[in-house]
Amino acid sequence: MKKYILKRLLTALPVLLMISIGAFIMMNLAPGDPTDLYITPDATPVQVEATRTALGLDQPYPVQYVRWLGRALRGDLGINYSTRYPVLPILVSRIGPTIVLMGATLLFSYLVAIPLGILSARKHGTWVDTLLTGGAFVGVSIPNFFLGLGLIYIFSVRLGWFPTGGMSQLGEESSILTVLHHLILPVSVLSAFYIANMTRYMRATMIKVYGENYIRTATAKGLAAQVILTKHGIRNALIPVITIIGTDLPRLVGGAIVTEQIFQWPGLGRLTIMAIQQREYPMLMAITMLSAVVVLFANLFVDIMYAVVDPRIKYN
Amino acid sequence: MEETTILEVKDLAVSFQTFEGVVQAVRGVDFSLKKGETLAIVGESGSGKSVSTKAINQLLPKKNTLIERGEILFEGKDLLKLSEKEIQKIRGNDIAMIFQDPMTSLNPTMQVGKQIAEPIIAHKGVSKGEAKQKALELMDLVGIQHPERTYKSYPHQFSGGMRQRVMIAIALACEPKILIADEPTTALDVTIQAQILDLMNNLKKDLDTSIIFITHDLGVVAQMADRVAVMYAGKIVEIGTADEIFYNPMHPYTWGLLASMPTLDVEQTSLYTIPGSPPNLLHPPEGDAFAARNEYALGIDFYEDPELFKVSETHFAKTWLLHPDAPEVIPPAEVIRRKEKFRYLNSEKRMSKTVGGEAYGRRY
Ligand SMILES: Nc1ncnc2c1ncn2[C@@H]1O[C@H](COP(=O)(O)OP(=O)(O)OP(=O)(O)O)[C@@H](O)[C@H]1O
Ligand SMILES: [Mg+2]
Repeated sequence: MKKYILKRLLTALPVLLMISIGAFIMMNLAPGDPTDLYITPDATPVQVEATRTALGLDQPYPVQYVRWLGRALRGDLGINYSTRYPVLPILVSRIGPTIVLMGATLLFSYLVAIPLGILSARKHGTWVDTLLTGGAFVGVSIPNFFLGLGLIYIFSVRLGWFPTGGMSQLGEESSILTVLHHLILPVSVLSAFYIANMTRYMRATMIKVYGENYIRTATAKGLAAQVILTKHGIRNALIPVITIIGTDLPRLVGGAIVTEQIFQWPGLGRLTIMAIQQREYPMLMAITMLSAVVVLFANLFVDIMYAVVDPRIKYN
Repeated sequence: MEETTILEVKDLAVSFQTFEGVVQAVRGVDFSLKKGETLAIVGESGSGKSVSTKAINQLLPKKNTLIERGEILFEGKDLLKLSEKEIQKIRGNDIAMIFQDPMTSLNPTMQVGKQIAEPIIAHKGVSKGEAKQKALELMDLVGIQHPERTYKSYPHQFSGGMRQRVMIAIALACEPKILIADEPTTALDVTIQAQILDLMNNLKKDLDTSIIFITHDLGVVAQMADRVAVMYAGKIVEIGTADEIFYNPMHPYTWGLLASMPTLDVEQTSLYTIPGSPPNLLHPPEGDAFAARNEYALGIDFYEDPELFKVSETHFAKTWLLHPDAPEVIPPAEVIRRKEKFRYLNSEKRMSKTVGGEAYGRRY
């Protein structure tokens, strides 16, 4: 197993390299230039050129890329053009809130969705199932920004139960409680899809598992319904469900960008949008690479989980 | 063989609600099972063999099954009337089942040994350690080598034949009074099939369990059964001892089955097949369901379903040909040959349980 993990990590390196090249090319293909944004309109061409030289943007693209790579490998992710502030500490300060948001979302989503999916499957064909299936359909279809704005309007503007955004009140000490209070709306918005998606998936897998012959065997043994569910049903249903966790993680990275923007959550999502708007290439490269690493780790995690849950899978 | 009846199925009729309508899968089935005997149920695919036996343990899907009428008496109780909790105590404990697909009938994520120990824990109120001990003994009994080591194996590490041994161990775990084996060897290759049948025969002798053995394969029947019930379109058309069914068959459908069975000693150029296909059970035909395929059908067959006529104390057949007014017909040559053998056996008073190699459609 250890060997397998090491092998997976090693094969991830060329993938990361390809991603970095791809991201670099795409960034530079986009029209415009970082200097457009923070050089005053009356700057002379000579001044513009001087800035470009200072930032290294006058060099041919391959040279720029190799320089970036060389520095990045040494842990230097470059600076933010506009503030001249290094990228790494900014990134680090923004990771925390995003991890909190995503972690809370996944935890909440699965804690709700897996039991709901099981319930729906066991009540297959009853009104409970119909209701849950309908709800799940709405959940996967509704766009995040729409749901976010709707919830803000109802619960923040109208009812005033929750803050409209941010992670803590200005000037207020940020305690776990205030963070939780601020988390509820963004997590609800972000979770909607994952709850709905996982409920549907869990339901489908559970129905399939209950059609399997080994459930018939378990019933014929005279086991109680509860035992059949926990010992024979859920464990087997979880195997395909792990795949969904693997696809949820990368999707969450994307979903968080929109949701953080709506709720002014001080995380990586908002940082990303800012970096795109201001063409902070080093920052964008750093965020892209971070997301890539997260996705690769998510995949590795999923593959390891398979081996944990399913005795048929062994990695050597 | 003791003559005490352990299970009695009376006029069982089962239908299924489907999108196309109501499928009358079982349309009035009567049979009984005596202690220690093996009753084989044979018949074409879809004739209702599995449904009639699954009804015993209430293993039919709750959602679309309609038990139209009938009783299944076991130890004075009608199993059809039991609640889910009550039938749970009987399933796996008094009445156990083995199914056709050993490859998919075991839980892929649970250790094989635990799967065998499970019913013991559920029914016998013993500790986990005792259940494990008993499971190890069972693994040994059904011929799984090195039980201590293989206890912790998972099903995918076992071959089909080994998995079926595990299924048998599970079924025998609580020393059931009745074992229902629904085509337990159909999915296995011929050598493994023979081993499993041997195993079942030996266990039956040792444990004195009554067996209901469902199969398509008359060769297997000859090897296993004391009595045979032939099913067609949801009804039993002929029932009798193995000798009576193999050597003195009365129903044209049984004749067809026997004629379509490969034999060893007759020069056969091609095998006989019963013409046509079974009726659609959404709309069973009026009269005898077999009439349309029956070259011996009488006029009355097309509008009135025959009753079971008694041939002997143990032998009954549902055909108008046994009516006193029915015309004499000449059965297929193969059946005539068998009947001659039957008369010979009878006259020599050599009628015994040992059905000669003759009946074996296939040898292993
Ligand atoms: N759950 C169900 N829903 C609807 N119809 C069913 C169901 N189970 C069985 N049937 C129908 O009942 C009839 C009898 O089925 P059964 O499984 O008893 O046949 P069988 O004699 O065991 O055949 P085979 O040899 O193929 O196993 C078939 O027509 C089948 O389609
Ligand atoms: Mg069947």
